[in-house]
Amino acid sequence: MSKIDSERLLPLEIHDLTVAYHKQPVLYGIDVTVPAGKLVGIVGPNGAGKSTLIKTIMGLIPPSSGWIKIFGEPFNKAVKRVGYVPQRESVDWDFPVNVMDVVLMGRYGRLGLLRRPSKQDRAIATACLDKVKMLPYAHRQIANLSGGQQQRVFLARALAQESDLYFMDEPFAGVDAATEAAIIEILRELRDKGKTLLVVHHDLSTAQKYFDMLLLLNMRLVAFGDTAEVYNYESLQKTYGGRLTILSEVASQAARNVSDA
Amino acid sequence: MHRPTTKIAAAHGQWIQWICLFILLAGVSPVEGARVGDYVETHWSDQVARFWSFDDPAVRFAVMGTLLMGVCCGVLGSFLVVRKFALVGDTLAHAVCPGIALGFLWNVSKDPLAIFIGATLAGLLGTVVVHWIKATTHLKEDSALGMVLSGFYAIGICLFSMIQNLEVANKSGLDKFMFGQAAALAENDVKLMAYITLFSLGVIILFYKEFLVASFDSVFARAIGVPYLFFHYTMMVLLTFAVVVSLQATGLVLVSALLITPAATAYLLTDRMHHMLILAAFLGALSGLFGAFLSFLGNGLPTGPFMVVSASVLFALGFLFAPRHGWVPRWWRRRRRTARIQAENTLKAIYQVMERRDFSEDAIRVAELASRRNVSVAAIESELSALVSYNFVTRSAAQPDGQFVDDKTIAFTPSGWQRACEIVRNHRLWELYLTNAALYAVDHVHDDAEKIEHILGEDTVRKLERCLEHPENDPHGKRIPTTQNLHSYAPPGTGPEGRPTSHGGHT
Repeated sequence: MSKIDSERLLPLEIHDLTVAYHKQPVLYGIDVTVPAGKLVGIVGPNGAGKSTLIKTIMGLIPPSSGWIKIFGEPFNKAVKRVGYVPQRESVDWDFPVNVMDVVLMGRYGRLGLLRRPSKQDRAIATACLDKVKMLPYAHRQIANLSGGQQQRVFLARALAQESDLYFMDEPFAGVDAATEAAIIEILRELRDKGKTLLVVHHDLSTAQKYFDMLLLLNMRLVAFGDTAEVYNYESLQKTYGGRLTILSEVASQAARNVSDA
Repeated sequence: MHRPTTKIAAAHGQWIQWICLFILLAGVSPVEGARVGDYVETHWSDQVARFWSFDDPAVRFAVMGTLLMGVCCGVLGSFLVVRKFALVGDTLAHAVCPGIALGFLWNVSKDPLAIFIGATLAGLLGTVVVHWIKATTHLKEDSALGMVLSGFYAIGICLFSMIQNLEVANKSGLDKFMFGQAAALAENDVKLMAYITLFSLGVIILFYKEFLVASFDSVFARAIGVPYLFFHYTMMVLLTFAVVVSLQATGLVLVSALLITPAATAYLLTDRMHHMLILAAFLGALSGLFGAFLSFLGNGLPTGPFMVVSASVLFALGFLFAPRHGWVPRWWRRRRRTARIQAENTLKAIYQVMERRDFSEDAIRVAELASRRNVSVAAIESELSALVSYNFVTRSAAQPDGQFVDDKTIAFTPSGWQRACEIVRNHRLWELYLTNAALYAVDHVHDDAEKIEHILGEDTVRKLERCLEHPENDPHGKRIPTTQNLHSYAPPGTGPEGRPTSHGGHT
């Protein structure tokens, strides 16, 4: 496949994806096709499977059925084109590394085994730190950062990945208003460069303002489309209205029966 | 297996008695094992000389073995410590126990290779069982580790007792796997240690960035295509190797301490992973060396406990004196901060006394200050001598009008004047900020400002001044010193210009 073809391919295609996590089904028959150059918000109540969706796309959780293609390829072939911002709480911030060390980790995927970060990698990491206004903190141990600063470091690490498709798990969780505004500005810049971003977001009130497209999720895909079309009372009612509680109850019952058998 | 220690102790004076006391405290009896060279009853100072001359090949092997072991365990243990897997090392060490016994029973001899293979397999089986229990039940990792640790160890002890009852040769010396005997290390043992250590260090250096990212953020590591499980199990295999080759020197009861303690000490001393690895290797080697040395002083003393005691002493030193996290430096910093705050409060009081006289005089009397501070003259004297030592005030300033000729007067130096102005300014700015911007009641702001005045930096002060539009008075109507006041200090005798006055004009 030529390079031009692969660039024309859709960043993300999900077909009939079902995921069970700890024997508990969390996502059912998800079908999504995300076009390039969009800033997409993944929105839904707690336990809707938002994090699970992106973790499954990134191959961190095996799906029960269905398939996922990234730029027309399975994830492990497209790994260098995918950037990731995990939830901030997922790491130990007392770990003995400084800010620069963490951002350089964004380059590791491109370096491959046995190669050390080069001067160029350092230059890229420095530029990414500057972009999130964290350059003065480059040599600070990560424990001595505020929550908003930690989130910026994670964002800088993802920027250093220089990917075409980004997944971000709650990048606005626990950050101050200034950081939130700075982050959304950077995300829009990436979008304008033709990158595709999928961002898990908790706050409905800002979702409409921030994102081009919304993916409303509550175990099922409730709606996916341009924000203007999808952000309406009916869809939100479906997403947050709790009409899927029966589905959830029956599913866990089924899971218990299977595991007891 | 258990022999009294007193016979040995009697011959070696008090030093050896102390060491034996350590062993008794640890609940360990020296075990009969191979001896360093042809051991004869000598004075302990001769033993010291013999050890540090390294003439004796047995000493050389013991030292090389314990050094290698310290390096290997220090480096690998660092990864356990930063990943909060400390108990994994302990479990691994105890899980090898049945493997040693089975390795011995394989052809009823102390064949190093059979014991190495048996111990490694048992150790790996232990980690697999832990993983399996965790993955298939809702039991958490600590329970799984605890069970595997004691379960495997118990099986090993049963097998060991069985071997003790067997009518076979060669079985003596098997017990040194429990507490370790560096003196019993032979050339082949040291070679095996060297290979394992070099191999482990090579793997860590080659794949340092993968181990680093997998340890810091395993989810991200997998998301960028680093085969996380492969590196996780590689680490487990390396750790098992390290434990197994260390057994003869340390014994399986205490080997986990050498994985954890030097690495934990290094963690207190640095906040970069590669520095931590180097430091832990160094501290591990140091503990190994001391352990070998101390155990050499007596006849057949076990090495393991001495190595662990050495490692623990190093940890205690790190805990007390580590520059940033150590107890003593923190205490010292706290003490200095308290002294600084007290000095600044005295400066502020001098300023306030002068302010009450509209800065008409350049010096004040000690008694006035004492009454302002509401303390005794003696207490003020000690505060003042601190200020004099900081060069913030001078005593007995010469007054042209001769009003304060006694030596009980105080005057600011330029730096003291500046600091006093800063503190007063910080205090009043903060009060004003709390009243205007944070909508505090005027009578609530003083106590907070008493604390904040000592910690406001110049940047924050600039921000406050901008935010409050360069105010002249605080909420109580007193003048706030300006930057200009700070720097235009007029020395005593030239009049009050340059100092803020309550009736407005300042230069």
